[in-house]
Amino acid sequence: MDFLFTEEQTMLREMVSKFVDKEVKPHAQQIDKNHDVALLQSIFKKGASLGLMGIPFPEAYGGSGLGETGYCILLEELSRGCASTSVTVGAHIGLAGFSILLGGNEAQKKKYLSALASGEKLGAYALTEPGAGSDAANIQLSAKEDGDSYRLNGTKLWITNGDIADIVIVYAVTDAKLKARGGITAFIVETDSPGFSANRIEDKMGLRGSATAELVFQDLRVPKENVLGEVGKGFVIAMETLDESRLSLAAACIGAAKELLGMSVDFAKKRVAFGQPIAGFQAIQFMLADMSAEIFQMESIVYRAAWMYDQGEKIPKEGAICKMFCSEALDRIADKAVQIHGGNGFMGEHPVERFYRDARINRIFEGTNEIQRVVIAEDVLKKGG
Amino acid sequence: MKAMKMAVCIKQVPASESKIRPAADGKDIDRRGLSFVVNPYDEFGLEEALKIKEQQGGGTVTVITLGPDKAQEALRTCLAVGADEAVHIKDEAFESGDAYATARVLAEALKGGGYDLIFFGKQAIDDDSGAVGIEVAEMMGLPHVAVINKLEVDSEKGRAVAHRQIEGALEVFEVSLPAVFTCQKELNTPRYASLPGIMKARKKPLNPLSLADLGLSPEQVGKNGALTQLQEIRTPPSRESGHLIEGDPAEAARELARLFREEIKVL
Repeated sequence: MDFLFTEEQTMLREMVSKFVDKEVKPHAQQIDKNHDVALLQSIFKKGASLGLMGIPFPEAYGGSGLGETGYCILLEELSRGCASTSVTVGAHIGLAGFSILLGGNEAQKKKYLSALASGEKLGAYALTEPGAGSDAANIQLSAKEDGDSYRLNGTKLWITNGDIADIVIVYAVTDAKLKARGGITAFIVETDSPGFSANRIEDKMGLRGSATAELVFQDLRVPKENVLGEVGKGFVIAMETLDESRLSLAAACIGAAKELLGMSVDFAKKRVAFGQPIAGFQAIQFMLADMSAEIFQMESIVYRAAWMYDQGEKIPKEGAICKMFCSEALDRIADKAVQIHGGNGFMGEHPVERFYRDARINRIFEGTNEIQRVVIAEDVLKKGG
Repeated sequence: MKAMKMAVCIKQVPASESKIRPAADGKDIDRRGLSFVVNPYDEFGLEEALKIKEQQGGGTVTVITLGPDKAQEALRTCLAVGADEAVHIKDEAFESGDAYATARVLAEALKGGGYDLIFFGKQAIDDDSGAVGIEVAEMMGLPHVAVINKLEVDSEKGRAVAHRQIEGALEVFEVSLPAVFTCQKELNTPRYASLPGIMKARKKPLNPLSLADLGLSPEQVGKNGALTQLQEIRTPPSRESGHLIEGDPAEAARELARLFREEIKVL
């Protein structure tokens, strides 16, 4: 047994942590309050110039080869500062990048993964539709073969980075009879292609600085060489990508949770009520103790699962457990943090209010927690626990 | 243009937000559970050296530290930020040294290196002595400017102009090279390590130097070579809470006078 991070992983955390403290955290309130996507993009560019967007990818594609563990460290640290930034990076690396890494051929990896790893191009992942969220196999966006290309028609909804991305991984139906059993295909779509349009969705409870969009495809032509991997493999690529990205989502929950505990401890020591700092009251101490215990559990499961992934193991169950547990733990922690802050925690000028709003989506996106429970239960029933 | 050889002397120190406690023997701080970083003032020295290298399109930057095995982390961080080489001076004989003993070892290590520019932080944030850089310069017989906030180097002429802020004025010095500078925070904005830098740092060697390599004897270094001996480290006494005298002014004044006479005994 060895629970130590390697020297590179430690240096990576130190470097990202410094970047977050100086370049991300000071802007997080403005990004949220003003829905300032442009400010977020400038931070993204700065991070990319330091090599952050290539962390998990092989060196052959311009990455650093620091694996899932390195990527989890990145998202954990980013989330201490700003969830909107973290989710933008998560969609870029964990969803778009990993789709190409897991499903793409050599030429596609060289051309597109390298461009994502350097941050020269911004990526998005488009699976969800107005009528297909948890029920991902029910997507309707159609791709019809037409000479040396495919023609895409349909709509994708709530796509992170959708209207600012250069490259979107689009999951489409190539065979309506087969659907998830070989009828879904992933395409690499360049967003400057004719027939692509995107509408920003502004009114969200949280992640207000991230770009969320509806994407409309009207007779958009994709050359056959941009079929990701093979025709009919789309559903498998989508699911394998989600196995990985669910884990990084859980890692992001750790960063937010740590920040909430830190803010709560500081506040409890300073806030005086009944003649003493409220940190002196057991009612507050017990909340802090519960928050700390949950953070320890979150860290323990996420980095264990990340280690497994980096050893080459498949982690559908473990990823689902991490996503489910960490997103729910974060909501409990955010709730306690607001309670400790009292009225201050309800006011928009305090970051706790932002963290509380930003936390909620984690139980919904990248597969609702109900779907995670289905995945876990299926695995348990199949293998007997 | 002559390529500059530059050395940056660094120290690994507890991170500034650390809660410092004395160790059980009262001779050191308790290092357990602390996180350590490159002394922030040393980072300005490293950044200045890297900037000069970039501006001149060449040169080498060597980071040097005297410290335990753990200090290698600090050297690796500097390599990840962009330093070309690292030197780790390590020997049990160096333990319990002071600024003077440390300067002696560093001066010896720097002597044969042919460095044109030698940078230090203006002080380390742990012991705040601020002496090592200047002492090294004196021992090596080199010009030095301390606490600089601006530096211009003319490598052709072998000269440099350094600015330092003093009370109510700015001092500008011109020095011949080689020279030693200690750095203040207005000098520049240190860059971050980059991912490619972190990956490359792993492969760069840390060149070790021991007492024997330096040709020094155990009498010249560590506790034996120190001019000062640390007696004790203790936490400052916590401030007692104030005492509020209530009542009308005349009464309160009488009570204050009584306290001065009877309790504090200053009257």
